[in-house]
Amino acid sequence: MLILKLFFAFIQVGLFSVGGGYAAIPLIQEQIVNIYGLMSLEEFSDLITVAEMTPGPISINSATFVGMRLAGIPGVLLCTLGCIIPSFCICLILAHFYYKYRSVSGVQTVLGAMRPAVVALIASAGASILMLGLFQAEIHEVVLSNIRVVELGIFIVALFLLRKFKVNAIMIILGSGVAGTVIYAFMGSI
Amino acid sequence: MVMMKKDYGKLWTLFRSMFALSACTFGGGFVIVSLMKKKFVEELHWLEEDEMLDVTAITQSSPGPLPVNASVIIGYRIAGVAGSLTAISGTILPPMIIISIISLFYDQFRANPYIAAALQVMRAGVAAVIFDVVIDLAGNVLKTRRVLYIVMMIAAFVATYLLDVSAMLIILACLGIGLADLFITPGRKREGGWHKC
Repeated sequence: MLILKLFFAFIQVGLFSVGGGYAAIPLIQEQIVNIYGLMSLEEFSDLITVAEMTPGPISINSATFVGMRLAGIPGVLLCTLGCIIPSFCICLILAHFYYKYRSVSGVQTVLGAMRPAVVALIASAGASILMLGLFQAEIHEVVLSNIRVVELGIFIVALFLLRKFKVNAIMIILGSGVAGTVIYAFMGSI
Repeated sequence: MVMMKKDYGKLWTLFRSMFALSACTFGGGFVIVSLMKKKFVEELHWLEEDEMLDVTAITQSSPGPLPVNASVIIGYRIAGVAGSLTAISGTILPPMIIISIISLFYDQFRANPYIAAALQVMRAGVAAVIFDVVIDLAGNVLKTRRVLYIVMMIAAFVATYLLDVSAMLIILACLGIGLADLFITPGRKREGGWHKC
């Protein structure tokens, strides 16, 4: 049955996609395109485009997209469920042990060593997104003269509002989208 | 077990917060971590900052989508298994609804120049939110005044951003360094080493 195939395909995606977001793409492709032949490669690249343009984790987006196109709302529900069942079980166990042992001083030492790395990972994600925003390029291929002035302005104003006035982060994200679109529309470049 | 009215209130706040954050998470897992830190640590005071970082490390090293993993753990911390389920629902509903609608007419969606422009500019706003969070977090790492931590933070940034080393590998390496730290310097007094501010 198609819908069960989908369910098991996404359980495997959920179980084996370690390392977040982009690590999941080849895995989804393997399951959906190569093993089960549920989509063509072209449809799959459409899926990735849409998944990147919309909020939410890429594997949930893919599960929903594939489920909807192949089996409607029941497909959406089962694919998404498949995708989160492994996460739910594994993280619940980890959460249990984390909260049981986290005040032990040895555990604190080990966790303490991981925290600076997490800060660096978040910073790195921020830097990547900033480069994409300002240059539409990854760090390796940045050309300084290609800087997009509107985006740079919005970044500076947004950071100022966040630091100085503690403006709500969601307002900042949505506001920057609206402000930028209006500016570009006035400049006549849309 | 009788659930108090207050607990329902807490679950509702949890659901609402996760729903709003998830609906605005353009650009991958670490964006939602920044938003969660602002919401649950700074605004609601439900979590401590170091707890949020620990949760991030755990979620990054377990399989599955990072935002879902983080909601399971944070939900569990706030209201047990019921909290986990509530937080997951809040996290997955926005993408499910949005993608379901888009999948029906994605050609028009993809070709719309206004949507493309908004999404491009929104990156600048998202980057500002992440930098805001990172400035606080990095400041707190500096305040520990432990050279090891500061060097690790810089090395991890260079490794992941410039050398494309996977996040998972970096966390495992730091786990190793943490274990070594535990066994090599056993006499060290650790309390207060990490910030409390």
